[in-house]
Amino acid sequence: MSLDITPTLTATEEARRQVEICNACRYCEGYCAVFPAAFAEREFADADITQLASLCHNCRGCYYACQYTDPHEFALNLPAALAEVRVESWARFAWPGPFARLFQTNGVALAAALVVGTALIFAAIRALGTGAGDGFYAYLSHSAMVAIFAPAFLFPLLALAVGVRRYWAEVGGARVAWADLKAALVDAGRMRNLSGGAAEGCNYEKGDRYSVARKHAHHAVVWGFLLCFASTSSGTVLHYLFDMPAPYPFLSLPKLLGVPGGLLLTVGAVGLAVLKLKADRALGAAGAWGGEMAFVILLGLTGLTGLMLYAATGTGLVGPLLALHLGTVLAFFVTLPYSKMAHAAYRLAALTRDAQQRRARG
Amino acid sequence: MTRVDGITWDVVVVGGGNAALCAAIEAAETGARVLMLEAAPKTYRGGNSRHTRNFRCMHHGPLSVLTGSYEEDEYFDDLIRVTKGKTDEDLARMTIRDSEACLPWMERHGVAFQPSLSGTLSLSRTNAFFLGGGKALVNAYYNTAEDLGVTVRYEAEVTHVTVEGGRFQGLDARIGGQDVRIEGRALVLASGGFQADIDWLADAWGPAARNFLIRGTPYNRGVLLRDMLDQGADSVGDPTQCHAVAIDGRSPKFDGGIVTRLDCVPFSVVVNRDGDRFYDEGEDVWPKRYAIWGRLVAAQPDQVAYSIIDSKSINLFMPSVFPPEKADTIEGLAQKLGLPGNKLRETVDAFNAACRAGTFHPTELDGLATEGITPPKTNWARPITEPPFYGYSLRPGVTFTYLGLRVDRTARVSAGGARLHNIWAAGEIMAGSILGEGYLAGFGMTIGTVFGRIAGQEAAAHVA
Repeated sequence: MSLDITPTLTATEEARRQVEICNACRYCEGYCAVFPAAFAEREFADADITQLASLCHNCRGCYYACQYTDPHEFALNLPAALAEVRVESWARFAWPGPFARLFQTNGVALAAALVVGTALIFAAIRALGTGAGDGFYAYLSHSAMVAIFAPAFLFPLLALAVGVRRYWAEVGGARVAWADLKAALVDAGRMRNLSGGAAEGCNYEKGDRYSVARKHAHHAVVWGFLLCFASTSSGTVLHYLFDMPAPYPFLSLPKLLGVPGGLLLTVGAVGLAVLKLKADRALGAAGAWGGEMAFVILLGLTGLTGLMLYAATGTGLVGPLLALHLGTVLAFFVTLPYSKMAHAAYRLAALTRDAQQRRARG
Repeated sequence: MTRVDGITWDVVVVGGGNAALCAAIEAAETGARVLMLEAAPKTYRGGNSRHTRNFRCMHHGPLSVLTGSYEEDEYFDDLIRVTKGKTDEDLARMTIRDSEACLPWMERHGVAFQPSLSGTLSLSRTNAFFLGGGKALVNAYYNTAEDLGVTVRYEAEVTHVTVEGGRFQGLDARIGGQDVRIEGRALVLASGGFQADIDWLADAWGPAARNFLIRGTPYNRGVLLRDMLDQGADSVGDPTQCHAVAIDGRSPKFDGGIVTRLDCVPFSVVVNRDGDRFYDEGEDVWPKRYAIWGRLVAAQPDQVAYSIIDSKSINLFMPSVFPPEKADTIEGLAQKLGLPGNKLRETVDAFNAACRAGTFHPTELDGLATEGITPPKTNWARPITEPPFYGYSLRPGVTFTYLGLRVDRTARVSAGGARLHNIWAAGEIMAGSILGEGYLAGFGMTIGTVFGRIAGQEAAAHVA
């Protein structure tokens, strides 16, 4: 037997072993973008495996369809193999290096970030917060918030950009054409790779039955997140350009965007967490489960605490809820390049690279 | 888990692959109380259907993922060509005609199809590919069966069917290590052929069969086929024959499935253990020759052969599941393959000297033939000269056996020419009724689906 399955294989070597078997089979070609990309190659360099791994959305269709899963001696589990490569490669690309693995795999670290973030906001409120404004600005002034969040927002984006640049260099990405980026955005916006091809959704919480629950929950989180982001941005615009500082009434852009956004984000995150509890952990990166779950909870908390803060308007709870909400947001942004959130950037890069390669294949 | 003994089932289905599932689903949809007994554990359920990938389907005009049209006469002609006439025309034409209605039925019962796979475009008109392959189909059918209330037992080996006065009275099974007696009013046998019973293969074929690899499930041991034949059931098909193809010699003994195929032969020279060529490697395109090569390799010493190519040809065929042996010299390759180096050198030199100039076309019969050697290579004959050289071992891989139970148009089993009262058969256990020789891609699933559905409907009607 020349297929030597030893536990000493690295994540990339193990994924390569599996993809080579897939390449001789090809039954899964219709599930997602991973297979046509793989089947265009005959040999797989490390960078090819990195690209395939980031392209994989862990829909698991291929696992349940595979006739070579354990106890078969080929022992295929492609979703898990590629998930392990993702965890490793994103840690490798992360900048600065020391944070690399911390938040992606470690739920406790993420929870600690939340506690520290909240405590920092509390401390800031005590130290800086004087009643210099209305609403929550009565607790923490606008300029204090800007002083905290501008760097806490911009630095992670810079760090993530460095990581994605490294990814792009490794997978040999070409100059990005608008058509490729557009294709990637459409694929991401529709979650085409969580659709199961001709099947009705992916295999997740119901084992080998197809389900669209995860796709819908993910849509809720993405669109909820974007609405929340738009809400905050609209507030910034109103503040600076129209001299209209918070608080805003319900019939205002920040609230009309933020309330549904917060609801979607919260509901979607609860959905993803429940589904994650039901799904088979052995089909993901075993060591990253805690970090992923903590991230989903953190995302949900940003939405939930925002809604609670709004609901508490005018009560004595605004102070503590403001600290909790801003602490959650702070933890979310600061850990962003190293948490599961980074997948959004790497996946978009992988989809863009895939669009380039598909175009090159014709 | 509830007991399956002590009650009388309406329909008992023995087997757990495509035909068994189709029968169980059809019967359960009439409201019948159905028990399915699958010999394999749950992870290996589905028999050889796990390894299938498509369904050959007649159609007038585009249907689902199928392009163009594929009419009855063309389909039947294709069948006649591969079976060399060893078929039952009436049953075959009925199967072909029924296949068209099966495809939408399959979709309604959870099967998803995908466009023809890369490398199989030639089948996009005739064969509908299952998204994810046969195991995904099997999963979908098990889910449908479960939703319909079918009771399924895994690791349930049926050892004996009690047939008295032409009537099924009950059966003996071993379920999870316990001996159980099961009563039922109708029986559907869909338990496959006997290709995994190496002793039986060796009895039929000779001791060489012990070196054969079995491409499919190790659970098709033909226990019930033999039990029924011992009780006088009418048989069909050549008891000594199996469908065997040349596959990668390093494949697992069982269950290697699709990935074990090797498509390099037409671009290679093939030698036996002694380093001698023994057949025209370029006689025809590989899909038309792999079955012949199964028999050719089976006839060589130790039932093994070696396909040798050079770097010119390495990218001309689908990648193999195991990487080839590779060396910079023919002698080095011979050493890695365990072949006599001098002899292989002589064989390759003689072959190279017999190659002529001409235009090489990998995808069509190019007529680029050798001159002055025996056996000749009549197409794709290019000298093996450019290192690195690559070598693959080849062994016969058994796909299925032909011996089966004779059935009529209603899938009913007979004994001594008289129809048994309440026993039907579907799938590989009766496929020899239609497929007496050779194989037509995707036709096994067609036979299984058509006859599985008929058997389920007939059995349910019998107990209604």
